[in-house]
Amino acid sequence: MKNKSLVSIHDITKDDYERILNLAEKFEANPKKKILNDFVVATLFFEPSTRTRLSFESAASRLGAKVIGFTDAATSSVKKGESLKDTILTVSNYADVIVMRHPKEGSARYASEVSPIPIINAGDGSNQHPTQCLLDLYSIRKTQKKLDNLNIAFIGDLKYGRTVHSLAIALTNYNTTFHLVSPVELKLPSAVKRYIKEKNLEYFQYTELEEVIPNVDILYMTRIQQERFSEPVEYEKVKNAYILRNNMLDNAKKNLKVMHPLPRINEITEDVDDNPKAYYFSQALNGVYVRQALLTAILGVDIRRSTTP
Amino acid sequence: MAKQNIRKKLQVSAIENGTVIDHITPQSVFQVIRILNLDKITNEIMVGTNLESKKYGKKGIIKVSNKYFESEEINKIALVAPTATLIVIKDYTVVYKASVEIPDNISNIVKCINPNCITNHESIPTRFNVIDKEDLRLQCYYCEKTTKKENISFV
Repeated sequence: MKNKSLVSIHDITKDDYERILNLAEKFEANPKKKILNDFVVATLFFEPSTRTRLSFESAASRLGAKVIGFTDAATSSVKKGESLKDTILTVSNYADVIVMRHPKEGSARYASEVSPIPIINAGDGSNQHPTQCLLDLYSIRKTQKKLDNLNIAFIGDLKYGRTVHSLAIALTNYNTTFHLVSPVELKLPSAVKRYIKEKNLEYFQYTELEEVIPNVDILYMTRIQQERFSEPVEYEKVKNAYILRNNMLDNAKKNLKVMHPLPRINEITEDVDDNPKAYYFSQALNGVYVRQALLTAILGVDIRRSTTP
Repeated sequence: MAKQNIRKKLQVSAIENGTVIDHITPQSVFQVIRILNLDKITNEIMVGTNLESKKYGKKGIIKVSNKYFESEEINKIALVAPTATLIVIKDYTVVYKASVEIPDNISNIVKCINPNCITNHESIPTRFNVIDKEDLRLQCYYCEKTTKKENISFV
């Protein structure tokens, strides 16, 4: 992956996923390896995303890299009307890799075309967020000790949730059985189901959350966003339909873990947090290891590199 | 009969060397001109539209003297004129005749349907992969969203 941009989960193969996950495991064992001392990582956040930015910045800092960038387009030259191309070309003079989040879909692909240095997509509108997908795979593998042959339930907004789309597509490489729980108006798009069908995998659709819980290994919860509904009445109807409460996990399999890309609003009640099945905060921590692995792989630095004083 | 033949001949006269694009759907004639950048060249061009066609009722036709197109280029017009025929003329004789075919990739002809796509906000030539040629569906190279046949509009 050296010197290659990571824009979309479609850019990398199953082998690449596993290479990254294996490398991330090494960082989990020893997160503070100062092997990127000589490097500058630019984090360009054209829209705010505190969680993702901090995760990348933490990953870079733990590796000893310097971090430059902006946290919001309002504080950058974008506000003065600079084109994306100009911003990318300018920043590429100052850094070795660019991590970018942008509100427009396709912006990361375009940036990767014009940029002389690699781009890591940290979310382009509703399109792709490949590092989230990789950290989800890492979390599943870590908690289930495998990726193959699992029963995975996705709950909530399956229509617009890009994390769900990317993860579901990535999981089609692992003989997953999909359990899709959503209101009728927020069902998984046929474009994503096509990937599942192409691999001849099974998927089941539900409108009730409770019936899937006893049968699955992972409950992947998502937030239903109000802005997805044109009619407030429609939102009111479904907003409380998929809330996970602690007592609902009583009949769950022993190995079940509850995941969520965060932030959560009310879809997981706080009494779940202390249940050992709750995994969403550890999931966020795994994001740092996965991003350490990606930065290292893309910058072409060997993890065994000796640290210079 | 003779009179009719004369009239037919007068509709669009023959060319010595060049390319004829026949059987264009009449409403697409001007789009074809634009897609092939015929409005920017100095060659002799004859354009006819709403002409009678035995096969299609009405048709358009474009004759460009002394110009030959790469198949990639000409196939772009398949999006707007799927029934079009390409005829290559040398010394008043047809040397090649074929229907246009929808290409695998399309650049800078079609707009992305997604209003939030970067190509609709910065000056970037659009690019699509044709993912279904039968029931025309184009996937944006940038935002990965699909533009369906009924939603195609041109740059």
